[in-house]
Amino acid sequence: MAATFLHDGGRGCCRLLLQAGQPGQGVRRLLHAPAPWRTANCRHATGSLPWESVVGLEIHAQINSVSKLFSSSQVKFAAPPNSTVSFLDASLPGTLPTINRRCVEAAVMTGLALNCTINKKSLFDRKHYFYADLPAGYQITQQRLPIAVNGILTYRYQVGASWNEMATKCVRVKQVQLEQDSGKSLHDDAMHQTLIDLNRAGIALMEIVMEPDMTCGEEAAAAVRELQLILQTLATSHANMSEGQMRVDANISVHHPGEPYGVRTEVKNINSARFLAKAIDYEIKRQKEILDIGGTILNETRAFDYKLGVTIPMRDKEGKQDYRFMPEPNLPPLILYDTNSLPANMKADQVINIDLIKEKLPELPSVTRERLVEQYGILPEHSFTLVNEDGLQEYFEAVVKLSNVDPKKIIGWVIKDLLGHLRQQNLTIKQSMVTPSSLAELLTLLEKRVISSSAAKQVSAVQQGNLKVMNKLIGLVQKTTKGRADPVLVKTILEEKVLL
Amino acid sequence: MMVARILTSQPKNQIGMWVQKAVTRCWRRAEVRRLLSSQSKVPQSPTWSIDADADPQEGGVSAEVIDHLERLALVDFRNQEGVERLARAIQFASQLHNVNTEGVQPLASVLEDRALYMRGDSVADGKCTELILANAKTVVEEYFVAPPGNIPLPPHQENLSQQ
Repeated sequence: MAATFLHDGGRGCCRLLLQAGQPGQGVRRLLHAPAPWRTANCRHATGSLPWESVVGLEIHAQINSVSKLFSSSQVKFAAPPNSTVSFLDASLPGTLPTINRRCVEAAVMTGLALNCTINKKSLFDRKHYFYADLPAGYQITQQRLPIAVNGILTYRYQVGASWNEMATKCVRVKQVQLEQDSGKSLHDDAMHQTLIDLNRAGIALMEIVMEPDMTCGEEAAAAVRELQLILQTLATSHANMSEGQMRVDANISVHHPGEPYGVRTEVKNINSARFLAKAIDYEIKRQKEILDIGGTILNETRAFDYKLGVTIPMRDKEGKQDYRFMPEPNLPPLILYDTNSLPANMKADQVINIDLIKEKLPELPSVTRERLVEQYGILPEHSFTLVNEDGLQEYFEAVVKLSNVDPKKIIGWVIKDLLGHLRQQNLTIKQSMVTPSSLAELLTLLEKRVISSSAAKQVSAVQQGNLKVMNKLIGLVQKTTKGRADPVLVKTILEEKVLL
Repeated sequence: MMVARILTSQPKNQIGMWVQKAVTRCWRRAEVRRLLSSQSKVPQSPTWSIDADADPQEGGVSAEVIDHLERLALVDFRNQEGVERLARAIQFASQLHNVNTEGVQPLASVLEDRALYMRGDSVADGKCTELILANAKTVVEEYFVAPPGNIPLPPHQENLSQQ
């Protein structure tokens, strides 16, 4: 194709929240405490008059399902254009939506993990706007009565220069709603046309709306990372920002303490946590500078240019948007049940029991971290690394089980040596050539003083494919045997021993 | 009178007898219906009517509103006649505002008390790129082709001065 296709027309919106350790009761406790989300401000330099900044987030997370929200066409990343499109996705006349049970369950599970109240009755609405990748001219969403409301997300983030200075903060989750994604537009500037791929049209999204309880980019990024971990733990979304499975819009405003919130701007479609922090901090700085010289902030939508590190106005919206919301006439209300309200005469596959989903909730990341610290006596910052790195926690726990070595010693080997080497070679823990059992064996040998710490490090390095270190090991053998061994034979034996 | 005559006459043959039976059946059904409707909770005639003069939306539609609507709906009202028709439609619909709905729950659909049918999460559709694209005027590879940006409408100023 003789064109440059760069800009993804994704205009979906999501919002996020953070979760407390104990679902349900945590919410009430926090609401009665002096609101923690109103306290501590980020480290922002203040001008003559101090400014306070507030940040709210809307996060769209793609639901991890096999088929779409209202049609049974496939959800597949990078499929050939328009190959996973049904007649409903293309809005052909006469088609009707049928909801995907899995998507409803995923939204309920996510709502529960974010300490939300699950609405036993929720409604669907049409949100209208014209865009070439939205063939129906409207998106089915939940505007009047979403599936989950009033949650809370607890997150920790680094306040000082070191990992030891962590602060715990909460952000209220306004709601979780189910909605459809739009298709994708590829803008071909050279040919002056737009190419439309409807593969994404109709894929299920959860829009998670977080109240403006954050005060800076770092906080928002930490909240988003925690949400991402929760979604991945629940397997309700892959939440991979670079593949667009999670898209974040941030609402930002500044005001003087004690005064009402200022006019806010919205920064759209940020696709990494790092850029989110940068975009928010830039926008706060920009707004302060304008207000300091007596200017006014426009209520506008802006985009983040990651190359220049600045936000720029987006032209596509003129004035106030009017989405002409109306109830979706083709979908009756979505009714959920709990164990006490189960209906008598309904087929089991037509009933969703909230209590059953609650029972199936896996251990959430915050709980896992606390358990790791308590159970193994490791540092809190190490528990973050273990949980954040996919598969690392399982790896660590396997090594602990297979050896009699103090977990506090193992953690250093796993995080510093193993993970350090893997990162250098751009590998993930699952691609590691050192199995938990061989690391356990190595550390047991070290513990019994059979081998020295430096020898252990070299063996570990060789096992990870660093063959240059092999010569050092051969040197060690030659030293021990006072040069009486045949170097070629030593090499063969070592290769067998170390690499297998 | 025709019915009475058929019902009271002696049928001359089998066809005549069938006709008589069919007419009797229809007549009884109509009687039952009449009886039921006299006991229906739905009033037989309107119990109140709206005051046609109490129209909240007086007169014409401003150029700004026309411009806004044209942008929202991507419809061109074109000329004075179109605008007048729009004004009449708005006036007609506005009568609804005169209905007292206090204490009445909104009804979005008569299917509100039905359960929403849920489908299992399996793939049974798609893979019909050719059919889907058959509706398109222009196609590049397997893509639909649309004009750049959004649907072209004249800029606000120009549009307003025309009207």
